[in-house]
Amino acid sequence: MSNWKTFTKGLIKENPILVLLLGCCPTLATTTSAINGMSMGLATTFVLIMSNLVISLLKNFIPDKVRIPCFIVVIASFVTVVQLVMQAYVPDIYETLGLFIPLIVVNCIVLGRAEAFASKNPVWPSILDGAGMGLGFTFALTVLGSIREILGSGSIFNYRFLADDAQTILIFVLAPGAFIALGYLIAIVNRLKKTK
Amino acid sequence: MAKKESTLKNMLIALMVITIVSGGVLGFIYGLTKPAIDQVEANKNKAAIEEVLKTDVAIAHIETQVIEDLTYNLAFGADNQFIGAAIKTYSKNGFGGRIDLMVGMLANGNINKVSVLSQAETPGLGANMVNEKFKGQFDGKNPADFKLKVKKDGGDVDAITAATISSRAFSEAVDLAVRGFEANKDQFMKGGNNE
Repeated sequence: MSNWKTFTKGLIKENPILVLLLGCCPTLATTTSAINGMSMGLATTFVLIMSNLVISLLKNFIPDKVRIPCFIVVIASFVTVVQLVMQAYVPDIYETLGLFIPLIVVNCIVLGRAEAFASKNPVWPSILDGAGMGLGFTFALTVLGSIREILGSGSIFNYRFLADDAQTILIFVLAPGAFIALGYLIAIVNRLKKTK
Repeated sequence: MAKKESTLKNMLIALMVITIVSGGVLGFIYGLTKPAIDQVEANKNKAAIEEVLKTDVAIAHIETQVIEDLTYNLAFGADNQFIGAAIKTYSKNGFGGRIDLMVGMLANGNINKVSVLSQAETPGLGANMVNEKFKGQFDGKNPADFKLKVKKDGGDVDAITAATISSRAFSEAVDLAVRGFEANKDQFMKGGNNE
């Protein structure tokens, strides 16, 4: 597979959320607004790229039987780095994402890519794979966050376009709205893929 | 380099090297970000204190006291008169867990202003407690003739629509601060004079 394909497959064709349906927990929980979805996506992207890079470098050093604990330690370290950096420099976003930053450790996309791709491929394709998957994840989260923010809060990227006392469809900011929006989004993506 | 066999020795070495290196890297990053994180916390705290104690009198200096589990930031004016206290209070009964508030109490016993430090209430419902529309109703109220309970429980607080639990927790936290302030008020006043 060419490097370009390795990169682009994560964006649409094997999009982790919309096609593989991996990592739905943070997807549903953090997409209450576009900015939250995007920050979560970018944090995960950083962890994906870095962990893919390191695991690809270490793949011959790590014996098969202890590979999962080794991967988890590497992933957890990068997640903690992201957490500390966000806490220091973007405290507002850190506060809204809160618990879900440490939970990137158990995000199945990250461990999934380490296991399925980085542990079997050279460094450069692994980085591209991580970047592609991460950006696909970010894209899906941003779209989902935008839909929920527009319908549920009447704003986009914190810019409110409705009058202050206007009624919005509150359910979209709540958990059930996340499921509804994600369901429709997946349906649309499937429809588009079929017509292609 | 050939793939390492899964012998006990190789497994031990691999895991140990990885955990030690990770630990080292994390320690380094922690040291690097710690000052910035502390700074953020301190700024937030300071901004909240200044917000809830905003009156015509300028604050000259602030003293911090911890009594039981509340933190009292006592503000004194230029000639050492006691302006009021910004009390960091909390309730564990929010819909989404703990709520932290900063309540500004003036020397005359009135609530000056309330600021939300952290909350995890439902967005669009309980989270609206950060809006003036809800928390503004506490401004300038004297707890003697303003009962810190939601109307449903026989008090004077207008609850947020469809978020009675959040409103109840908010009122409870404010009430905790008010009672703490009343109990220690005399001592705070004296503290200012002694200096």
